[in-house]
Amino acid sequence: MKFKLISSVSFSLMLARLKQTTVAAVGVTFSITMFITLLSFMGGLNDLLDGLITKRSPHVRLYNEVEPSEKQPVDRSLQFGRHYNFVSSVKPKNEMPEIYNSRKIMNTLQHDTRVAGVSPKITAQVFYNVGSIDFAGSVNGIDVDAEAKLFSFKDYVTTGNYIDLKNTPNSIILGKGVADKMLADIGDLIQITTSKGERVQLIVVGYFQSGLMDIDKIQSYTSLSTAQKLLVETDNYITDIQIKVNELEMAPELAKEYARIFETNAVDIQTANAQFETGSSVRTLISYAVGITLLIVAGFGIYNILNMMIYEKMDTIAILKATGFSGNDVKNIFILISMTIGILGGLLGLLFGFILSMIIDQIPFVTAALPTIKTYAINYNPKFYIIGIVFSIITTYLAGYFPAKKASKLDPVIIIRGK
Amino acid sequence: MSNIVLQARNISKYFHDPVTNQVLKNINLTIEKGVFASVMGKSGCGKSTLLYILSTMDTEYEGELFIDGVNMRNRKEKELALVRNEKIGFVFQFHYLLNEFSVIRNVMLPGIKLAKYSEKEVEAKAYEKLKLLGIESEALKKPNQLSGGQKQRVAIARALINDPLIIMGDEPTGNLDKKNSENVYEIFSELAETYKQSLLIVTHDPEFANRTHRIIEMVDGAITADIIQAEK
Repeated sequence: MKFKLISSVSFSLMLARLKQTTVAAVGVTFSITMFITLLSFMGGLNDLLDGLITKRSPHVRLYNEVEPSEKQPVDRSLQFGRHYNFVSSVKPKNEMPEIYNSRKIMNTLQHDTRVAGVSPKITAQVFYNVGSIDFAGSVNGIDVDAEAKLFSFKDYVTTGNYIDLKNTPNSIILGKGVADKMLADIGDLIQITTSKGERVQLIVVGYFQSGLMDIDKIQSYTSLSTAQKLLVETDNYITDIQIKVNELEMAPELAKEYARIFETNAVDIQTANAQFETGSSVRTLISYAVGITLLIVAGFGIYNILNMMIYEKMDTIAILKATGFSGNDVKNIFILISMTIGILGGLLGLLFGFILSMIIDQIPFVTAALPTIKTYAINYNPKFYIIGIVFSIITTYLAGYFPAKKASKLDPVIIIRGK
Repeated sequence: MSNIVLQARNISKYFHDPVTNQVLKNINLTIEKGVFASVMGKSGCGKSTLLYILSTMDTEYEGELFIDGVNMRNRKEKELALVRNEKIGFVFQFHYLLNEFSVIRNVMLPGIKLAKYSEKEVEAKAYEKLKLLGIESEALKKPNQLSGGQKQRVAIARALINDPLIIMGDEPTGNLDKKNSENVYEIFSELAETYKQSLLIVTHDPEFANRTHRIIEMVDGAITADIIQAEK
């Protein structure tokens, strides 16, 4: 009953000043629209850039670093166990960067519920031979199916079919840069020299384009078995185990755990790509700052318009008070006006923001560096919409609160006597 | 239940701007039920100031004010608003109708605010009051479509909507021509005679005052004469 009365007064006041009310609401709409669009666009961009890394990088990578042993033989000796042993000029042992017992580790990992998938990898240093010229590069031996499933391998094979790597023996997918240098077409035979001096001929079945030119100039892919053949190793030989976990935030913790259990080195994605994280968070921060600034400006607009309305409607306020409306009622009337402007303007802003984001989502964006991207990326995160509407409500409430407070303090005697 | 509607005891008021100046000096005043009283005095004698104190709108005064036997001192703003809503009906020199609302809605507003009756009942009552004042045909118009005299009658209807204990008027005929002033007097008179409505009207129109039951004369913030007239 009471709310109905107050709202009926509020709405009449708004209708009486429809133009200003509309202008205020449009201000809110505009700022929320821009807020949503900006954050969605920035979010999309962040996802795109992060995707370059996170989509293709393992969340945890197990490998063996060539490093000197922490414990020298003398430390293991019982006789000198209680002594301080000084060994100078320690050198790393000559051992392969192989992960021992890789089958068992992979098996354990596949049964870990926190792990989404496991993919083995072999990295081999090679020379690509083009005529009389050799240039250095690396060949990754991969489990084609696992790599495609976990790291969207398929998306980056721009020419040729990725599955041929598995089906054709002795095949290779060259980095785009490598292929350009070697002038190798699909179906051509190329020759590489392994670090052990072996010369091997491989069939080109595709090109690979990661978007990072430096990588494309060096890297190529073969199947696991081909890589093992190149290195003349058994089929147990694996240098890296790539793990995708279910929750990205868990990666650092799991990396530590696996390093301890499996006695290998382990690195998590956050540590390996710290600079990307920083870039994303700064970009997000900037877009929030701009969006919130827009909202505050809209808030000032509402503040002004309400102040003007109160000045114009002093008579109304006075008579309402004289006939029994309390200061609180008057305050509620003006806060309701402000909130109506805020909520209506805000909801429209969400709608327009969504529409504008969809339009941007359709704008073509073609770059050689990102073969899978055809249009600008947009992140339709509901979080942005919730923040937008909550913030518009808070801003308009504050913008309405101070003029409303002023109206509630208005002394009717002064106005009525002033006539 | 006593017959006293309103009682003022030793009410004094000071204005402090620009210099301290006593505008009301120990006013004692009692209004009984059904009395049509008028406050007379020259401009600046404090009669309006007194009215606003009596109406609870002005709370900065010394002394005691009782409305319906209840002391109005140290009341919260909200409680005073309720007193004004329920027990006091106002008619000002200017009509103060809200142009955004229709006439009937204007009359209904204080009634809906009081929420003693449902909106339907308040509407029926509002029509009744408009009928009493002979303007029920204008009910659905907006106030700015009415003449000055009609507007003032709507304002009176609004003052009556909650069946107040007392109607207070601050120069209610001040803006009206002779004919409309007469009309307003007739209405007040009828309310007092027929419905035993208490009225306290501030005026500087001697002709108006002379026809009321009781004339309170003020000079320089003090009551100088309080004449109760015989029924004519």
